[in-house]
Amino acid sequence: MQDLGIRVLFMGNNFLRLLLGLWITIKISLAAAGLSLVFGTFLGMVMTLENSVVRAVSRVYLEFIRIMPQLVLLFLVYFGLTKAFGVNLSGQASAVLVFTLWGTAEMGDLVRGALVSIPRHQYETGTALGLGPLQIYWYVIIPQAVQRLLPLAINLTTRMIKTTSLVVLIGVVEVMKAAQQIIEANRYTVPDAALWIYGAIFFLYFFVCWPISLLAARLERAQ
Amino acid sequence: MDFEEVLLEVRHLHKDYGNGPVLEDVSFQVHKGEVIVIIGPSGCGKSTLLRCINGLEEIVSGGIWLDGEAVGKDKAKWREVRQKVGMVFQNYDLFPHMTVIDNILLGPVKVQKREKKKAEEEAEKLLERVGLLDKKKAYPRQLSGGQKQRVAIVQALIMKPELMLFDEVTAALDPEMVREVLDVMLELAKGGSTMLIVTHEMQFARAVADRIIFLDEGRIAETGLPEAFFDQPKTERACRFLDTFLF
Repeated sequence: MQDLGIRVLFMGNNFLRLLLGLWITIKISLAAAGLSLVFGTFLGMVMTLENSVVRAVSRVYLEFIRIMPQLVLLFLVYFGLTKAFGVNLSGQASAVLVFTLWGTAEMGDLVRGALVSIPRHQYETGTALGLGPLQIYWYVIIPQAVQRLLPLAINLTTRMIKTTSLVVLIGVVEVMKAAQQIIEANRYTVPDAALWIYGAIFFLYFFVCWPISLLAARLERAQ
Repeated sequence: MDFEEVLLEVRHLHKDYGNGPVLEDVSFQVHKGEVIVIIGPSGCGKSTLLRCINGLEEIVSGGIWLDGEAVGKDKAKWREVRQKVGMVFQNYDLFPHMTVIDNILLGPVKVQKREKKKAEEEAEKLLERVGLLDKKKAYPRQLSGGQKQRVAIVQALIMKPELMLFDEVTAALDPEMVREVLDVMLELAKGGSTMLIVTHEMQFARAVADRIIFLDEGRIAETGLPEAFFDQPKTERACRFLDTFLF
């Protein structure tokens, strides 16, 4: 009973290293989520245009990005770009780029969905009142679209936080990598370190994503 | 009753959606203070006609004159026209994310750039007139269909329109709510508003109209004073249509 595996968490600065790893995870996720929000909103608005070329291009982009596993995309950007074009992106920059590409596609589709879900009467009532197209967007359509969008966008963010664990495979020292390093270093002293470390990560992810999920659920109910 | 000044003139209006005409050679005048009820079977083009008059639908040929001025395809011009022409739709479409008072104030404050405080005082007066002052801060989802339609009427009235268009405003209402909306319209008519009403409520049409226009298959089949039209319709088509309302 002397040798409790849990002590591996408190040896040296192990726990701090996990937290630092988690911080990298959050940083990448938030950067990508923020950028996705901006580009995705734009993409979604563009996708509601009646121009068939614009629609086709955005549709192809969307399908490609969504069908391709994020891991393939990640390797393509991190290894592929370097080899082919000599573009040397850091692991973190590649990660933000890839998750922004992905998030923009997802977010774009959510924004498009929210916009087309606003009934046509809403545009017509606004028009009949003499509002201009921009005023209709600003006072009538956007507030209603945002209400529908908010919970969905927040869910996308939690999905992004979880999926960023993939970046361990391109050498970014985020929370999973930090965990592996700690487990390796304690292989002989604490044989069951994996259980404790990954268990801790389980809870770390939980405590990051849970409040966000709660928020989304609450916003959904508020409608 | 005599009406002198022509407010709206529609001449040889033609409209189609690509599969046959919806409106064919429709011409009529609306005088200031006049209440015209347009009736006719479903799909005869009544709603389309109203939608053309405030530019929600583009016309194919013919012309519309308001206050003696032609309104064509110019978008800026249409925005100006829409402030003079208020419209109430069938599907009581308030903006669901705004309170009643915000719904009403959107037009006067954002389109007409009127002072918010004054507009609000006016809105309150109008709400009181339709018996809904206590719903000022309510959201549309908290109102009944009839209440929403009354708010929609106020929303249009506050723009001080010269002409009001009503597109089957009671058609989607539960029967017990029809009356409260029609009463408001009747009162407006008595107050001298110029109105163009599309409705299936024949009793109401008879009571409110100065003139009836009977539209059939996109054409004006008959027009006349309400008594004459309802008691002795001249056309065979109008007879048959009116018969469908008798049991």
